[in-house]
Amino acid sequence: MTEVPRVAVIVFPGSNDDRDAAWALGALGAAASLVWHAENDLPRDTAGIVLPGGFSYGDYLRSGAIARFAPIMTAVDAFARDGGPVLGICNGFQILCEAGLLPGALRPNRTLTFVCRDVPLKVERTDLAFTARCEEGQRLSIPIKHGDGCYFADAELLEQLEENRQVVLRYDGENPNGAVADIAAVANEWGNVMGLMPHPEHAVDPLLGASDGALILSGLVDAAREHALVAA
Amino acid sequence: MLVRPKQGILDPQGDAVGSSLRQLGFAVDEARVGRVVDLELEGSDPAAAREQIERMCRHLLANPLIESYEISLEGHE
Repeated sequence: MTEVPRVAVIVFPGSNDDRDAAWALGALGAAASLVWHAENDLPRDTAGIVLPGGFSYGDYLRSGAIARFAPIMTAVDAFARDGGPVLGICNGFQILCEAGLLPGALRPNRTLTFVCRDVPLKVERTDLAFTARCEEGQRLSIPIKHGDGCYFADAELLEQLEENRQVVLRYDGENPNGAVADIAAVANEWGNVMGLMPHPEHAVDPLLGASDGALILSGLVDAAREHALVAA
Repeated sequence: MLVRPKQGILDPQGDAVGSSLRQLGFAVDEARVGRVVDLELEGSDPAAAREQIERMCRHLLANPLIESYEISLEGHE
């Protein structure tokens, strides 16, 4: 039963990478279920969660600001606080920050332009589920596509993040959006919640030009498999 | 209520507006772009209204990490 863990992909009005995420998770050995934001409960056997990319609620007010109050977020919050693995991709990252499940905030890109291209990334730590399949210091290439990807933490928070080693991925070389300390992915203190601007779900099949995203998503699937065992 | 990027925080939108104004020949040192939210509330107690709006700001309308806000009240019949 736990061989194929259930991963819930939350669908908000305006999400647009939910199906890609579900397809990628399926290809990597998980059973993905799309869960509408207005639901109150996750599927009973949920062992992992993905908050997908897109433009939930039209990005009105601030990206992710309104989505955090969606009915399903109460269950997502409880799942995360219970130690369940949660991955937020792009808009999902913005939502996790707004919801207080991850530190910091995402602001409009420094250039004010939408960026859409493959970016080189450096793996900062591999002792987290999400990067357990990577090697220390490994360079990955995963596409980004966002207008609000400029990660911000004030000096005090940044120091804290570095001290706790919560920065998981950094842009390698050119910084595409003005993020502080070249931050592309951040985890919570316990390491079970991570948000990243790059889109691993768009890089799981070499046929489409890149497969490094499979490393990150497989890490989530592994963690979900483990969480299902613990929860069982 | 008025929300704007906190002092010292990069405001690319403000920078773009500032540079456009300079291109038009206006002497502008800096521009910052914020957002105004007009709210209509019923009631007669300004202190209670302000308290309500403060809570709205903290919950949704502003992100205290990156934005500051100001509230001004205006009464009418």
